[in-house]
Amino acid sequence: MPMASDDIKNMIIAAIPDADVTITDLAGDGDHYAAHVVSASFAGMNRIKQHQAVYAALGGRMGGELHALQLTTAAA
Amino acid sequence: MTNPAHERIEKLVNANDVVLFMKGTALFPQCGFSSRAIAILDHLGLAYETVDVLQDMEIRQGIKEFSDWPTIPQLYIKGEFLGGSDIMMEMFEAGELQSMADEKSLKKAEA
Repeated sequence: MPMASDDIKNMIIAAIPDADVTITDLAGDGDHYAAHVVSASFAGMNRIKQHQAVYAALGGRMGGELHALQLTTAAA
Repeated sequence: MTNPAHERIEKLVNANDVVLFMKGTALFPQCGFSSRAIAILDHLGLAYETVDVLQDMEIRQGIKEFSDWPTIPQLYIKGEFLGGSDIMMEMFEAGELQSMADEKSLKKAEA
């Protein structure tokens, strides 16, 4: 089951409350998304840690239901 | 480490300067993200090894735990985990992969 973009956004914000999350539906099929996540909490973390923080927010869904989430992150 | 998959992964990572765990092969990538990762490595002109996780379920699951990373592809350079295709693209666009290749004197692909 694909996830709705609002669900993705809400899960990220639940775990990273200050996050500014932009979700783009890449293919219009509700299954291929790009997420851009900006958070002050990313400061001092390298890209891998920043991405891992977002993956952690998505629980076990990344790689499963969410097989096609393009992710970019930035420290605020 | 006692997990046999992790031991095999560690050997692969240590034996190859540049190794991409991917779906499919360099010639026939089986997903868009793996395809993008290969395009970046080829554009940099680097010599690299690939491991097709679709041919090896133990590695496919093991690499996710080994790197604490839920998706494939995954790139390792000189034993260091660099991330997946999104990070590769960011680093490529920022010129960071090129400078890393120069710094670490990574081998070029044979023409």
